[in-house]
Amino acid sequence: MTASHILEQMRINTDLARCALVAFIRNEVTRTGFRRAVIGLSGGVDSSLVAYLTAEALGAENVLGIRMPYRTSSQDSLNHAMQVIETLGIQHDTVDITPMVEPLFERFPDITDLRRGNVMARQRMIVLYDRSAAFGGLVIGTSNKTETLLGYTTLFGDNAAALHPIGDLYKCQVRQLARAIGVPEEIVRKPPSADLWAGQTDEGELGYTYDEADQVLYLLVDKRYTFDEAVEAGLPRPLVEKVWRTVRTTQYKRRSPIIAKLSQRTVGHDFLYLRDWGT
Amino acid sequence: MQFKLGLAQIGAVLGDMQTNLQKHLEVIEQARTQDVDLLCFPELSLTGYNLQDLSYEVATRPTRDNPIFKPLYEASRSLDLVVGFVDTDSRHRFYIAAAYLSSGELLHVHHKVYLPTYSLFDEGRYFAQGDDVRAFDTRFGRVGLLICEDFWHASPPYLLWLDGADILLCMSASPGRGLDQHEKLASARWVERVTQAYAGLFTCFVAHANRVGFEDGFIFWGGSLVYDPDGELIAQSPPMEEHLLIVTIDMRHLRRTRSRLPLLRDERAALTARTLARILGETSTPEVRKGADHDG
Repeated sequence: MTASHILEQMRINTDLARCALVAFIRNEVTRTGFRRAVIGLSGGVDSSLVAYLTAEALGAENVLGIRMPYRTSSQDSLNHAMQVIETLGIQHDTVDITPMVEPLFERFPDITDLRRGNVMARQRMIVLYDRSAAFGGLVIGTSNKTETLLGYTTLFGDNAAALHPIGDLYKCQVRQLARAIGVPEEIVRKPPSADLWAGQTDEGELGYTYDEADQVLYLLVDKRYTFDEAVEAGLPRPLVEKVWRTVRTTQYKRRSPIIAKLSQRTVGHDFLYLRDWGT
Repeated sequence: MQFKLGLAQIGAVLGDMQTNLQKHLEVIEQARTQDVDLLCFPELSLTGYNLQDLSYEVATRPTRDNPIFKPLYEASRSLDLVVGFVDTDSRHRFYIAAAYLSSGELLHVHHKVYLPTYSLFDEGRYFAQGDDVRAFDTRFGRVGLLICEDFWHASPPYLLWLDGADILLCMSASPGRGLDQHEKLASARWVERVTQAYAGLFTCFVAHANRVGFEDGFIFWGGSLVYDPDGELIAQSPPMEEHLLIVTIDMRHLRRTRSRLPLLRDERAALTARTLARILGETSTPEVRKGADHDG
């Protein structure tokens, strides 16, 4: 039970978001001498939206969408990804990661679902980076703000990318923008899933819905509400506490590996330059 | 008296002053062919905005023999120029600065007096605060320069008004923030509201030159604009693209507005000064003094 007026407040001007993100992708890709991009397409709303934005920014012919199924991946996911590829007319490839990850799973027979999921996410990263080198493009990430804040990503796996165009949009805002930009409704509406094992859904794993998490995060992060104020605004206290605990315990996933400071000037501490330095 | 004011809504290559200078010279040439008399560039137009440790490396002095400034001095023989750069003094303090060049001379340098060091901003880590707010005479009238956060505070525009400025030139490198349902970002709306308010409150011309482009995920929104002394919008650049905005400023507008609305005539600067003296004096509360002491 949550307060829908918060979701209402979270609505965005999709024309403005689209214009800003398309320009952002174009600028950040081309400023380093690239003009092409590679995106891993899961068939979900995040990667579909990023494919739409990137195709608009760079031209469909400059975008390579890669489907990377594992043997248990759902056929629906593959079909949805192909629907995006065909609608946009982007280049595409399908790389089955099963023969790449199975030897590792066989080597460690006690491997858990979580570990298998992480291996698959990192294997997909390896494929994307290799294909990006062959294609001469940058890897465009598909992480959104909700999963980034919840740490619902695999470190050096699905969060590995040159850019995260939708990294400041909550899941509900991703859906809103996806609808506005023409991502098929079937893709927008289906339950989000990392598709790491059969029947997995994000919301089943997290223990709350994205709408619930979005509202908590929006009030605490964007609007700087206290817990008490968030509860007063209509959110259940256990939900608020649970979501925030997740944010705190996953902070390491949002930071670069830390360097022990010994010298007078240290990368990351007081050697500070933007990545866009000189471009 | 009429003149053509140009606002150069451009981007910048971070830390590459030579490339940025070339861009300035191109826009200057474009403005010159359209008879612009005064061309204003955005904040830190010669260096880029989020410089971090590059701040020290791009710091320079706006002297005639400086290879970056030399062509700008030359160009200012055709039209007056306001450019943004990192200034440094003989004791190696660094300032976010704007230089006004006219007829081959340096007319004025303004050092940003308010350095935002909160949220996404970290200017106070790298730069020294300017300590002077001063209007100056140009061939078009008396002008005041304000750099971004300078006009997020009410006092610098107010002081420039009292110091005789009839034209406030505001320069920004403002990263957009606050996406919601509106057509413009919250930060853009805020800046438009306050600059419009200054034009109305001070019955003067207010121009805002904002940059465009991207720096590590910062999106500079542009939307440069000019308000007249009635607080009405004269013209505005489109968002998020390079643009040269050219407007004709009719200084006779000041007489017409101020005949109708004599806010300047009636402004009680001495009352303000007396009250400030009381507020900052010994009778004030510790909270107020603490705020006042902040300036050192």
